Amino acid sequence: MLAELGDDAKLLAGGQSLIPLMKLRFANPSHLVDLNFVSGTSYINEDNGTLRFGALTRHAEIESSAVAGKIPILHDCAAGIADVQVRNRGTIGGSLAEADPSGDWATVLFTLAVDVRCIGTNGKRTVSVSDFIKDAYTTDLAQGELVSEVAVKIPPKGSGGAYLAFKRSAPVYPTASAAVQLTMSGDVCQDAAIALGCVGLIPIRVKDAESVMRGQPLSEKTIASAMEAARNAADPQSDMRGSAEYKRTLVGALVKRAIDIAVRRARGEQVEATHIYA
Amino acid sequence: MPDNVENISINFKVNGKPYSRSVEPRKLLVELLREDLDLTGTHVGCDTSYCGACTVLMNGAAVKSCTMFALQADGADILTVEGLERNGELHPIQKAFGDCYGLQCGYCTPGLMLAALQLLSQNKKPNEKEMRKAIAGNTCRCTGYQNILKAIQVAGQNMKGA
Repeated sequence: MLAELGDDAKLLAGGQSLIPLMKLRFANPSHLVDLNFVSGTSYINEDNGTLRFGALTRHAEIESSAVAGKIPILHDCAAGIADVQVRNRGTIGGSLAEADPSGDWATVLFTLAVDVRCIGTNGKRTVSVSDFIKDAYTTDLAQGELVSEVAVKIPPKGSGGAYLAFKRSAPVYPTASAAVQLTMSGDVCQDAAIALGCVGLIPIRVKDAESVMRGQPLSEKTIASAMEAARNAADPQSDMRGSAEYKRTLVGALVKRAIDIAVRRARGEQVEATHIYA
Repeated sequence: MPDNVENISINFKVNGKPYSRSVEPRKLLVELLREDLDLTGTHVGCDTSYCGACTVLMNGAAVKSCTMFALQADGADILTVEGLERNGELHPIQKAFGDCYGLQCGYCTPGLMLAALQLLSQNKKPNEKEMRKAIAGNTCRCTGYQNILKAIQVAGQNMKGA
């Protein structure tokens, strides 16, 4: 159907980004193909160490899912997106395919081993999430292709993660956000993945922070170096949400707080992570 | 936009009453409710998906009716503020908003009551954090929210017997 309608057609998932964009005339498609009536596109399955999310699984379904709760950072993300009304409609596949630089899912999924399964006129294929997000509002999807499933590998035992965003109010996009996933062995950090959101055209992996932490006990000094690396890796724009300098300072603080929660969760503690509202 | 877009027939329920309508594909759900069905209790505040004044329940879930197409309600069961009252009796949530002074100008009130109703349908004794989370998508510029929180709490208590 997409091939038939051509370039001017857009897919409608939850519509919580696309419909506002259409009202502003930033998006002006001639045709909308509503995916909401396609059955079997909303599910959460656990399969051999992997959680599989149907593309049209709503944020609210992920928020309330005990299975999804096995990866706490996914719950942080789902439960913190906008407000109840948006979470009842918005979908994980739609959010990824929209690739909004301020979106939450891509930032979180950049810290995990994630396959995005795509289906199109040329058949099925699988892309890692970091290869899927190409640029602001640009993905690896070809014309006539769509996301069918997001498959997230469950992190190993001793792993913990947290996602924190700083927001002016619930319905708005975050000013900045940080996702941290750590694997601990006692006090030593075996592995680390850190991603920043809203401070670049796509989520930014902070490789320098990860290498500073890997193999080290997470002393105050190590964490300070990770914060510094995050501030340097951020590439923010000054806008109505804050100056570039402000956002740099902010991501450092968010990384620090997210590391603290991730470490405690890696130890098996139940910690609630809540976004910070201005 | 293409020139000749055909209307699409949909069947849905609003406040328990079944409807069949032929709608333009671009029509929003809130426009269907207000303009075609004369149910003007559902308000349009910001029209950008921020304020929540247009909140209705669709199959029990709070949604912003300005951020959905009408035809997406095909087969759905919609509850608007007009459907809260039963046989001339105000719904406990309506009564509580009045009794607790949970409103001033009233513009945001229908949306707030329906957002609160989704919460109360799952949890009749919500704590403050749960209440604040449930109404985070609804903006009120008059009350400062304190009395709205009181109203939700009282409504939960009064819905117990109901």
